[in-house]
Amino acid sequence: MVLKIFFPQCCNTADSGLLVGRWIPGHNSAVVLAVIHYPFIPGQVKKYLSELQSQTQVDLTVLGSWSMPKEGQEGMDSFLKDLSTIFPQECWLQLSREIGKRGFTCQVVQNNGRLLQEQKNGDDKIVLIHYDQRKVMLSQLHPVQDVGQKSDVEASELGLVFQTVAQSQPLFLLDKYDDGPLKLSHWQSEGREASIIAELLKQASVPVCIFLTWLLSLWHWLCSFRILHLRPVLFISSKLSTCVQSGYRAVHFKTVFSPKKAATHMEFMRKANIFVSFLVDIALGLLLISWLYRENRISKLADTLVPVADVSMTHITSHLWKSLESRVAKELQELLEWLMGAPAGLKMNRALDQVLGRFFLYHIHLWISYIHLMSPFIERILWYVGLSGCLGLTFALSILSDIVALLTFHIYCFYVYGARLYCLKIYGLSSLWRLFRGKKWNVLRQRVDSCSYDLDQLFIGTLLFTILLFLLPTTALYYLVFTLLRLVMVLFQGVIHLSVDFINSLPLFAIGLRICRPYRLAEGVKFKVLCQEPGTPLHLMMEINPLKCSSVLQCYRTPTYSCYPKDSWAALCKKLFVGELIYPWKQKTAKTD
Amino acid sequence: MRYARPKNAGDLKATIRATWALITPEQCHRLVDSMPRRIAAVIQAKGAPTNVISMAEEEFTDINGNSISLDCQTHSDFCREFTVTSPKLSLRKVMVYTCFVWLFAYAVFFFTENTAVLSSAIILTLAGMMIHIHFVKVDHETLLIIGSLGVQLSSSYASGRESTIFIEMNKLKDIVINEAVYMHSIIYYLCILIKDPADPETVTSVVPLFQSSNPRLNCLVQVYRSCQEILAQSR
Repeated sequence: MVLKIFFPQCCNTADSGLLVGRWIPGHNSAVVLAVIHYPFIPGQVKKYLSELQSQTQVDLTVLGSWSMPKEGQEGMDSFLKDLSTIFPQECWLQLSREIGKRGFTCQVVQNNGRLLQEQKNGDDKIVLIHYDQRKVMLSQLHPVQDVGQKSDVEASELGLVFQTVAQSQPLFLLDKYDDGPLKLSHWQSEGREASIIAELLKQASVPVCIFLTWLLSLWHWLCSFRILHLRPVLFISSKLSTCVQSGYRAVHFKTVFSPKKAATHMEFMRKANIFVSFLVDIALGLLLISWLYRENRISKLADTLVPVADVSMTHITSHLWKSLESRVAKELQELLEWLMGAPAGLKMNRALDQVLGRFFLYHIHLWISYIHLMSPFIERILWYVGLSGCLGLTFALSILSDIVALLTFHIYCFYVYGARLYCLKIYGLSSLWRLFRGKKWNVLRQRVDSCSYDLDQLFIGTLLFTILLFLLPTTALYYLVFTLLRLVMVLFQGVIHLSVDFINSLPLFAIGLRICRPYRLAEGVKFKVLCQEPGTPLHLMMEINPLKCSSVLQCYRTPTYSCYPKDSWAALCKKLFVGELIYPWKQKTAKTD
Repeated sequence: MRYARPKNAGDLKATIRATWALITPEQCHRLVDSMPRRIAAVIQAKGAPTNVISMAEEEFTDINGNSISLDCQTHSDFCREFTVTSPKLSLRKVMVYTCFVWLFAYAVFFFTENTAVLSSAIILTLAGMMIHIHFVKVDHETLLIIGSLGVQLSSSYASGRESTIFIEMNKLKDIVINEAVYMHSIIYYLCILIKDPADPETVTSVVPLFQSSNPRLNCLVQVYRSCQEILAQSR
């Protein structure tokens, strides 16, 4: 079996001393974590190691000795051999390096004093793998294993190596300039680096988090009033996307602002992603506001819709409102008048046409008068609603979607009327068609059976069937027109919801980490063979292979209440043909994992 | 010659003559050409055995008939590296495509008198070439097998980008040559069988090797034999 020794790059030029690390169970390999220099007292070394063992849950031991003699330092070899008696091990490694040469020589001494290599030729059963200690310590291997998963499954060797280095952080706190009894060499032995700003932020974040959590609890107490839990209010709030979005954000804040430190990597990434996406959301919202209210862009927008140009803010919103509404209403009126005439050259049934057209025109008239009643209050409301962009772009988009839904409520009503009428007609037609053929729907058996009708039943049935059949094109046309309008509205709302969902769920922190610090998210490792001198064991260089961007998105995507189509295309077409009411977007509640 | 079993001296003579005749002048040229490289390696190692072992250089081709080259490096008893190099990007093809696209763009410009057509043709050509050398054209593929550690596959693209996968030894069940029937031809490919350490008997997935260079069976057999020697040591 090949013995694998993971050696940190920072110790390549360390002075002679003892190797401290861990034997990986079950894999015949060892991870070297640090080098303890001379002079040292063996008792203190043992005490220090046992302290660290209890602190880090990693079984650190003395692996062997490291010798890199400087000029004038000879005669260390016998001293090094004697060390193996002080620290009894099953296997004692003796790594040595000479100045000017790049390869290490390694000898392994077994418990009974026999050299391992005397049986084989040369030392070609040992592999020295160099790794960058700081990067391996900070990196996280994917797929992320759960902490609670016990290793009755044979754990991967690389996973154990990464875990060992990450868990041995307290070992790297002693540096060369400490006055303690032990002098260690590792990646931080030149002194700890830290940033004052980061430390200050960490200290300040705890009281801020506590305060924000208290605010959130206040909000939850407000929301838990009995009056808000009545059926109609609940129903409306589940339909309005603004309420859904604000509820969703409240859940997010609870995750982010909890004063508890994140225990696992996934929790930390979730918190960071939510925080960063919230900040970006607010920034985009403020950008939108500044763009909207600057240089009177709203008035320019109103100019294209209304012939009268007016510069002051209060008039802008009212003009915008009136022009929008009157345009929509006027368009609908023109549409209905077109339908009442001879639309596209089709000949409609005059009487039915007039009835339906007048019915819908009356509704539009009602709607317009309702809007005119509301118009004095609208401008103030719109101005404040426009300011809601400072709560975030997603909020502004949700409010836009709700406003559009309210404005086009009459289109929705028309669609329901047209669809119901058409649906009734289709059912009547299908039932009378069965009568025409002499069959009947058996409710008990849920199938079509033959049935003998009386003559007058047949006569009336056939008459009604003919009437309904000839009236079908008119109703079908109205149904088609209003369904198309409704579908356009649904599509528009779907697009807005998709973009809101996209902003909510994009893991910006993870993407930024992948671009700026690619070694933090590791998919695996890469090995490179270092050219060596003959007579030395094989040297490999281990580098971190960063995660692919698509895997980053998949792994760290925040789960959201995404809307997805409830029916497939075939089911949708069938529903449209029969005249059933369609609600194509179904809201999926967020899965918490 | 290893497959012939001569029964007497006459047979032996005939076999030797036949095998001698099979050595092509190209093989001799290649051996002579590699002398400087091998001597340099011996000098650098100061007379010790070198790690660069050049195989008896056979002509290798891929499944479409283009010539490729195989380079085996033995770093140690249990560590070997195989590199399959595909033919480089042919300048003639690049010129042909570019001329075709630009002639087409000129024709369209002649009819529409819009200069945006020309600039978009230029941008299209440049973008297409960059995408091709960065994402599509593979320069060489490498298989590095380290006993008791694992197997590393890496593809190096024409722009220098490298994409690497490392498979640990406890996940590797075996390396085999599989055959695939595609339309009218049978293609051999080398692949790695992956197992789940918890359930060592079932194969969970198959990773095919050398997918861009597609070497033929003679090349695959050499790689397969080398890999099996190393895998046998670690079992």
